[in-house]
Amino acid sequence: MDMNLKLKIWRQSGANDEGKMVDYSLADVSPDMSFLEMLDVLNEQILNEGGEPVAFDHDCREGICGMCSLYINGEAHGPDRGITTCQLHMRKFKDGDTIYIEPFRAKAFPVIKDLVVDRTAFDRIQHQGGFISVNTSGNTQDANSLPISKHAADEAMDAATCIGCGACVATCKNSSAMLFVGAKVSQYALLPQGQVEASDRVKNMVAQMDLEGFGNCTNTGACEVECPKGISLDNIARMNREFFKANI
Amino acid sequence: MALDSKVPQGPIADKWTNYKNHIDLVNPANKRNIDVIVVGTGLAGGSAAATLAELGYNVKAFAYQDSPRRAHSIAAQGGINAAKNYQGDGDSTYRLFYDTVKGGDYRAREANVYRLAEVSANIIDQCVAQGVPFARDYGGLLDNRSFGGVLVSRTFYAKGQTGQQLLLGAYSAMNRQIGRGKIKMYNRHEMMDVVLVDGKARGIITRNLVTGEVERHSAHAVVIASGGYGNVFFLSTNAMGSNVSASWKIHKKGAYFANPCYTQIHPTCIPVSGDHQSKLTLMSESLRNDGRIWVPAKLEDAQAIREGKKKPTDLSEAERDYYLERRYPAFGNLVPRDVASRAAKERCDAGFGVNATGEAVYLDFADAIKRYGREQALIHGDNNPTAEKIDKLGKELVKAKYGNLFQMYDKIVDEDPYNTPMMIYPAVHYTMGGTWVDYNLMTTIPGCYCIGEANFSDHGANRLGASALMQGLADGYFVLPYTIGDYLSDDIRTGAIPTDSPEFEEAEKSVKDQINFFVNNKGTKSVDHFHKRLGKIMWNKVGMARNAQGLTEAMSEIKALREEFWKDVKVPGSADTYNEELAKAGRVADFLELGELFAKDALVREESCGGHFREESAETEGPQKGEAKRNDADFAFVSAWEYTGEPGDAVLHKEQLEFNDIELKTRSYK
Repeated sequence: MDMNLKLKIWRQSGANDEGKMVDYSLADVSPDMSFLEMLDVLNEQILNEGGEPVAFDHDCREGICGMCSLYINGEAHGPDRGITTCQLHMRKFKDGDTIYIEPFRAKAFPVIKDLVVDRTAFDRIQHQGGFISVNTSGNTQDANSLPISKHAADEAMDAATCIGCGACVATCKNSSAMLFVGAKVSQYALLPQGQVEASDRVKNMVAQMDLEGFGNCTNTGACEVECPKGISLDNIARMNREFFKANI
Repeated sequence: MALDSKVPQGPIADKWTNYKNHIDLVNPANKRNIDVIVVGTGLAGGSAAATLAELGYNVKAFAYQDSPRRAHSIAAQGGINAAKNYQGDGDSTYRLFYDTVKGGDYRAREANVYRLAEVSANIIDQCVAQGVPFARDYGGLLDNRSFGGVLVSRTFYAKGQTGQQLLLGAYSAMNRQIGRGKIKMYNRHEMMDVVLVDGKARGIITRNLVTGEVERHSAHAVVIASGGYGNVFFLSTNAMGSNVSASWKIHKKGAYFANPCYTQIHPTCIPVSGDHQSKLTLMSESLRNDGRIWVPAKLEDAQAIREGKKKPTDLSEAERDYYLERRYPAFGNLVPRDVASRAAKERCDAGFGVNATGEAVYLDFADAIKRYGREQALIHGDNNPTAEKIDKLGKELVKAKYGNLFQMYDKIVDEDPYNTPMMIYPAVHYTMGGTWVDYNLMTTIPGCYCIGEANFSDHGANRLGASALMQGLADGYFVLPYTIGDYLSDDIRTGAIPTDSPEFEEAEKSVKDQINFFVNNKGTKSVDHFHKRLGKIMWNKVGMARNAQGLTEAMSEIKALREEFWKDVKVPGSADTYNEELAKAGRVADFLELGELFAKDALVREESCGGHFREESAETEGPQKGEAKRNDADFAFVSAWEYTGEPGDAVLHKEQLEFNDIELKTRSYK
């Protein structure tokens, strides 16, 4: 059953523009479309009417690259759970709905244009310790010479599955990046390979996180709810533990 | 120019070692005076950038995404092959080499493939050292799974997100070097052209996708790692931004383009649902370890299912045709991708398709759920489990193995694959063709290298599952860092390359001219309009099955479409801001040229091999009846195309393939 929708979309020509919500109507939206395909159709309509299409970030469109964002009806990645915006389908909406579409908002994520924001603060945090210092040689020890319990490996994998989309920051009332940073700190903290640099890693990454203007965690837990990959709050607890340990 | 593959002399197992022992090296102090540009930061580009920076070179890396972590390597699901023989099932470097050459239908260069197999084990060691969380078994050692076209378990994996974890590993290695200032990272930058000075690649022109600024960047060598060109079909499993432009720009400046028609159509993708569709989603090949592929055995059942009058679960075993198990008993559901895709198309073309469009087959997990459920019950000490308990335990295990894939399917199709079979259909996924490179991974432009999916070298006419990740990382971590040093050893006295030379001036001007043309053109149709039409021509006439008439038509239709594009394309906005339509226009302009060369290459190759199936070249009798017929006497060569002004006028150069270590055989999976 095709739908007619009203869209209220944030338009902002550049970082220094004030920006405002603009109304659009879109007819004949198929419930099988993804949310971003709906925006493609809207952009085609805007283009044909001589306007400038709405800018939004997207790339893989299968929920793994972390490029897509959007605050939809007040929720990061929209009303569904455990998915990114590109995996949200229009069957989650109904005929006649009004949909509010805004960028991810945080001091550390300045708007570039319309719905596109700059998330390079995340990269800069990773530059400060999101790695294990091992050069490429081809002569590192045999991969099976270091057994790692399945439990630890699985838990490290669960932390490592973060896609760096920034939904945690966008949804947090403090714009905190602790879930994002906690996930990376945890991945390495859970693995023997990560132990050597553990102390420097957590200190340096947290320092950069603060420098970028992200807020602190007050245990609201909204980040965990909105995270498309189900990254657990345990990772924040683990990061705090690592941080205390490093500072004793 | 005659093609020289520069394959070292000597026995195949010693070539790479001997090569490394005799190349020229650059001392650490001199490396600090040498700049290298890397375009693209996926597995190949990211690992190359990190390794070159570790060695001491000054690296400038470019990505069109907002972070290197978003490159499309991230979407690879199933795994990465390596000849570790951890399972003790008879694997070896030779077997991985053999499987890859055979899987590629004997159209790859032996020496390159052997080297790939040789370094594969180092990749796993390197990634584990970096903290990549590969799947492990209860003893704490690494786990493996099987992939199509092979008889051993050599695939390492991290749930259904192996590409993500390997890319984040390479990204972490890059981050360490970015933090040290050895890599300068340019996000949201697109390469617009390569700059040649005295015949050597000495820099690139880029456009900053945020500000629109056109910039000059110089270096002593340029590495292209920009991925594949599957988006020439519009609909593919590639990311929306994946494009051929970097490869095409170097092609137009002298790099030969090899085997453009070798495209992998992946058998297990979610079928197309409607005209609004923007991309297709892959379901990992690892699902074929446990899923059984079938269509109804009777046409009337297929029709009833299409009309919604019957459900797949209504059909008894006898009413189902497990056509892969029937046709290929030795490999069954794990035949290589090209074989599985053609078999699905054959059934659907014959009227057995199971969704509304008639272009879908089933991938069924019911048997696997039962099998695993019984096994789990026994492990839990229940020797006489109820059917409900078997079902519950089986589903839990399948969820642990493939949970994220099942969730992805459910979200897109709105059906629960634990209770009803998945529907799948082939989709464009990977391009084996690409820029021609020699053994050093250098293109026909001196100083211009091409690695990963963007080059042509290792997969022949068909790529085996879990080999793309292997090749990307092999090229970036373990091959290019050696071969490029041999070239750069001549540049230790060159000094920084100036960007104010006439060559840079001219390249920048032509880039700006094209940008200005687009934003000032008074056209009426969007970029996507042309891209979709190109995709339809490609899919219908240059897709899974090709013939001379269709290919000839495709060439002239694409040429006409290209002319229409340049007259009537409409690009809104201005050149000096963030402008997605402008970026897309440049990419589609290049696809419209590549598409014609692609069809021409398919037309010239009058044989069937791997992913390239010519209807005129099929077996007509015997046990292989209907299967692809390769012609080694006339076509055991690489087609390397030289650009001469129009894609249709490209000149063919042949690199004859020699098989000294593997006997050419008919590829049978029966």
